[in-house]
Amino acid sequence: QMSAKSQICSIWLGSETGILKGVSLTKKQAFNFCEMSCLSRDQEVCVMAWGDPHESEVLVGSVNGTVKTFSTDKGIFTATRECGDPSQGRFTGLAVTDSSMITCVESGLLKVWKEGSTETVEINVGNGICRMQQNPSQRHRVATGGKENPLKVWDLERPDKPIFTAKNVAHDWLDMRVPVWVRDIGFIPDSDKIVTCTGHHQVRVYDPSTPQRRPVLEARFGEYPLTALSLPASQGTVVVGNTHGELAILDLRKGLVRGCLKGLAGAVRGLQCHPSLPLVASCGLDRFLRVHSLEDRSLQHKVYLKSRLNCVLLSSRDLEVSGSSVSDRASF
Amino acid sequence: MDSNEAEGEETEKKSESGPCFPPTFSVSEIKNKQRRHSMFLKLKEEKRKQKLELKKKKKKERKALGDKAPPKEVPKTIENQRIYDETTVNPEDEEVAFDEGTDEFSAYFNRLTNPKVLITTSDRPRGRTVRFCEQLATVIPHAHVYYRRGLALKRVIPQCVSRGFTYLMVINEDRKVPNGLVLCHLPDGPTAHFKVSNVRLRKEMKRRGKDPTEHVPEVILNNFTTRLGHSIGRMFAALFPHDPQFVGRQVATFHNQRDFIFFRFHRYIFKNEKKVGIQELGPRFTLKLRSLQKGTFDSKFGEYEWVHKRHEMDSSRRKFHL
Repeated sequence: QMSAKSQICSIWLGSETGILKGVSLTKKQAFNFCEMSCLSRDQEVCVMAWGDPHESEVLVGSVNGTVKTFSTDKGIFTATRECGDPSQGRFTGLAVTDSSMITCVESGLLKVWKEGSTETVEINVGNGICRMQQNPSQRHRVATGGKENPLKVWDLERPDKPIFTAKNVAHDWLDMRVPVWVRDIGFIPDSDKIVTCTGHHQVRVYDPSTPQRRPVLEARFGEYPLTALSLPASQGTVVVGNTHGELAILDLRKGLVRGCLKGLAGAVRGLQCHPSLPLVASCGLDRFLRVHSLEDRSLQHKVYLKSRLNCVLLSSRDLEVSGSSVSDRASF
Repeated sequence: MDSNEAEGEETEKKSESGPCFPPTFSVSEIKNKQRRHSMFLKLKEEKRKQKLELKKKKKKERKALGDKAPPKEVPKTIENQRIYDETTVNPEDEEVAFDEGTDEFSAYFNRLTNPKVLITTSDRPRGRTVRFCEQLATVIPHAHVYYRRGLALKRVIPQCVSRGFTYLMVINEDRKVPNGLVLCHLPDGPTAHFKVSNVRLRKEMKRRGKDPTEHVPEVILNNFTTRLGHSIGRMFAALFPHDPQFVGRQVATFHNQRDFIFFRFHRYIFKNEKKVGIQELGPRFTLKLRSLQKGTFDSKFGEYEWVHKRHEMDSSRRKFHL
């Protein structure tokens, strides 16, 4: 019955206890996919990614350096792979290209693992990495950034030098250097531009096709570090979340706040917009999964999932939004 | 002509029975304040009389029915009407049990560490706060009070960790009165920020007993039902050493009601098997949780597990979070 349960799940979440959770909004149910007997804190999920374009496999990266493959059709973990050890830090990014898997850890070691062979291509992207993200349209390009580590875009076919390194903004009004802390990266579809959100509550847009290495647009939101970012299907906006649980939709044309999404009480750890519908799923330290609608900023679904959540993955299938939060008949 | 005559008759009839008001009349329509006030008092008096009559009637009926009377209705209170919180912890839940078994307090609950508390205040404390800190140090075993000297908490914390402290308690003072509490679990544990109100020192307590002794008190945690409540309850529990010394007959109570946590410290004595006498000693104060932050104190860059947002969370009078 695990396969039946996993086939109806449209949202996948990774938690701090190491459990992979699947949520089906249509049936209003959540399932845990793990073995209760062998839970441990070092299996805490750090990153999740789709294993293939058909979204039939989920790759789950844990703190102890293993990447597990979960099949959504069969409902079980099909493979485990050792991709590093905890001494280099946690996983900060996981991506898949045609025949290989890309992992990046906090110490800056970016590795490309080829399918079927043990040889790896290694790139050192600098220390203190917070995020590594893959360009969904040009899958051999990845961007990395972190604490005092500016945004760099790497081409995996030419791994010796980054294609684009961002330059820090000019000194502020006190003539002091502005600190750099890139927390999350997003690639704007149909263009070369990259959006980043920083721990100093700034949202910046970079354009590698122009000779200007400084940000093209800078916007500020709130007073707390922004931890997650996601780009909705409609162009021109970005959704960001900060450590206080404030979610905001920012306009990328002028850099203004379009509106805030209410309801979260804890830090936002994972944020993802649906590829086609105007919905955004958010998860965080308050142990809830919330799905908001981007048009009227109302809460569509709220699901209590007993552990702190680290990452969220939305599948592209229709979620069949019912328009009201979870009813009493939910069984979690 | 007919209608005029009819009206004339009606007005005559009306004037005979005394001043009558049109049916859609309310007391607030009278413009004269004194008359309006007297009308209102009369109205209230009538209502009260009616209520008493109703009560008497019901009592009579109940007495008349005797055994066959329907059971007494339970009055609605805010605690009765509390909206069911979906994060309420189920004792048999494995996932929550695992989460609690491996969280930051697991070292204390597995008896690997003993609590050692450092109590300090905001800079330059005055009168009440100083005395409050001293009294707290007598109530909590292994607690040490240190003067703040304007030091930054982020620098104090590594020093505390190296000296083996497990808790850092900072009492914030405003205008000579304590009003905030930051409780930070030390190795890398959560930091809770509370609003403190209604602080009563030992001198102000009526019918109190002698000063608390050095015996380890028992701890009572009441009504921490939700997941957040569990975390806060465990935080309070880890302040005190594991094995209470029943010889001392002292008990510290953290009672949660409507998201306010009431702290009381008593000494009890069993007069016989069914009767207990209690004496309140020690300070008494109320806490309200403002935020729970994961990691040690870092209010700017830390990640918050729960933040109190007044406009979103306090909109319903029947919804509580602890």
